[in-house]
Amino acid sequence: MIGELVTPSGLVALLPLLAAIVLACVADRKLGAWINIGAASITFLLACRLPWHQGTGMLLLVDRLATHMVLLTAFVGMTSAWFSRGYIDIEATAGRLRPRGVRQYHALFQAFLGFMLLALLSNNLGLTWVAMEAATIAAVMVVGLPGTDEAVEASWKMFVLCGVGIALALFGTIVLYLAAMPATGEGMAAMRWSAMAPQAASFKAPLLNLAFVFLLIGYGTKAALAPLHAWMPDAHAEGPTPVSAVLSGSILNVALAVLLRVRGLMAANDAALAPGPPMIGLGLLSLLLAAFSLWRRRDAKRFFAFSSVEQSGVAAFAFGIGGPAAMFAGMLHLTLHTLAKAAIFHCVGRASQLKGGQRFTDITGLIDSHRALGLTLAAAIVAVSGLPPFGLFSSEFLIVAATIRTVPWLAIPLGVGLVVGFWALMRRLITLCLGTPSPNRGPAPALIDLLPAWLHLALVLILGLAMPGFVLAWFSALAGSL
Amino acid sequence: MTGHHLAFGHLSYDLAHLLGGAVLVLSFVLLYQRRLTAVINSYALQAVALAAAAAWQAWVQAAPHLYLTAVLALAAKGIAIPLAMHAIVRRLKVDRSLESALGIFPSMALGVGLVTLSILVVLPVTPQAQTLTREDLALALSVVLMGLLMMITRRTALTQVIGFMSLENGLILAAVSVAGMPLVVELSVAVLVLLAFAVFGVFFFRIRDRFDSLDIGHLDRIGGGHR
Repeated sequence: MIGELVTPSGLVALLPLLAAIVLACVADRKLGAWINIGAASITFLLACRLPWHQGTGMLLLVDRLATHMVLLTAFVGMTSAWFSRGYIDIEATAGRLRPRGVRQYHALFQAFLGFMLLALLSNNLGLTWVAMEAATIAAVMVVGLPGTDEAVEASWKMFVLCGVGIALALFGTIVLYLAAMPATGEGMAAMRWSAMAPQAASFKAPLLNLAFVFLLIGYGTKAALAPLHAWMPDAHAEGPTPVSAVLSGSILNVALAVLLRVRGLMAANDAALAPGPPMIGLGLLSLLLAAFSLWRRRDAKRFFAFSSVEQSGVAAFAFGIGGPAAMFAGMLHLTLHTLAKAAIFHCVGRASQLKGGQRFTDITGLIDSHRALGLTLAAAIVAVSGLPPFGLFSSEFLIVAATIRTVPWLAIPLGVGLVVGFWALMRRLITLCLGTPSPNRGPAPALIDLLPAWLHLALVLILGLAMPGFVLAWFSALAGSL
Repeated sequence: MTGHHLAFGHLSYDLAHLLGGAVLVLSFVLLYQRRLTAVINSYALQAVALAAAAAWQAWVQAAPHLYLTAVLALAAKGIAIPLAMHAIVRRLKVDRSLESALGIFPSMALGVGLVTLSILVVLPVTPQAQTLTREDLALALSVVLMGLLMMITRRTALTQVIGFMSLENGLILAAVSVAGMPLVVELSVAVLVLLAFAVFGVFFFRIRDRFDSLDIGHLDRIGGGHR
């Protein structure tokens, strides 16, 4: 069973884990950065062959959902590894990261990436849980790396909240096994996603409901759904920025992917609770709470973390609405948000290094002080706020349209949340990028450092303006398979 | 013996019930202790009860791998972690008297409420499962919820960790009482890693010398002030 990890598909998850071990032994800062880039890039290339090599094993499940999420996660992992070379170099030179901290950073980055990919590819409930737990520990450690009081507090808070979350998810896992066991038979089969899916109709419905509640709360914590999102803004504000980029998109996506699988089981069982309303409820709560919180933030990274909570809520809302159209829109939204938000964090990280602080009062008039950085950040904020020509406009439009078709009155709170969030983003776009520039206190990024952000924005733009036929077909098939 | 219909009067049933019940009673004990050393010792005792429950399940279900879970629980949670925590208390010179955010009576009343809640939640949804499984599941859910309650009412980092670990005891109790569940040993090892990390975290982050006490109330600086 473990042998599946050394197949080309398994290597996608195994390679970053091996790289983490290697990186833990490499003391040289420059070499470590290059190994990090190399491993993340090869992982992405390996992930690129997954669409043509789908299949089901005992340990791994490479279906459309897993393939899509793995591609997205590996891509953001790769660009963030590129980005972190310059970023971490500056942090280390400024003394904000000790040499040992740099080594730990590279090792933990790969470990975090590897465990997330393993959680996505796993065909086994237990393995998914273990990988999720390990990814959490790696993330907690990396957030605490700067060693400041605030970073320690943020990582402790993240550990306590996410620890409770995954503990509840384990209880849900055990109950789900109990629900599946009579239908699939004792043993491993009752823990395999691929064996559970076709049998879901004959699961014990009351137990399935109980499992769903615990899994929703447990993995919902990791998806930063309100009211369990409190770890996320702190972790983003205090941890190293490249990790914020990965954290913001990917860990949310991994948790949402697990919830999507559970949702599939629930939907297939007629006697079970409808999974839609709880997901809609949590999604709307996250959206509204985060949209209004955006107005009170004074720290740029914390602000954009709340924006991630908001967008995660929108995606959960779409998955709750259900049906091919909403699923299509939800998956598209998740994908585009991950890309756009990573671009924002790349820019904000560089901007806070340039200005020597990450509060909104530290960063003003960015376009005047560094034209390329300011314009890129402005474009990225426009993209996340859901304005055309970027793709999030189409995905949000599709979600609203699907809502109006199925449950029209829900479009009102959804619309309020989206507009309030959009407004807050626009207000911050103006203070961050326009106006009198604040003094520069740090090194300015070279154009090449902005390349990852440009790549992300280009993808978001292409998917918004002219989605190629094969991508459209892929998303439709993906939405149909959920 | 797995095939038998278990009910009151069967030794296997009664003893499993007794051990599961002991784990739950120790959750209540954890809730009202006023001294840190006593909390750590109660936790150790709960881990021993859990180990006994796991060993008994291994015997009843004829599942030898559960003995491994029992040994792990005894060695790590019953002995190693409590010793490490006593060492932390000595090394970091933590204040040993504890306060609870609620008084003893309200927390005990809440605890009883949580036990009632978990019985009301679990028993109606498991009519087809074996009696032993469903009652152990209710006990386990109670222990999980009581662990959460302890994390909320106790304010210091160390007691929060102990609340978290007691919550995990409930999870292991649930896992061992589900007959035939695979990966129990692997899952309990993974849980152990999490616990070790929690204990290590208190030490690694040196919460004591950074914040002057292990009271997480001091940690509220970033949360406030609308950053």
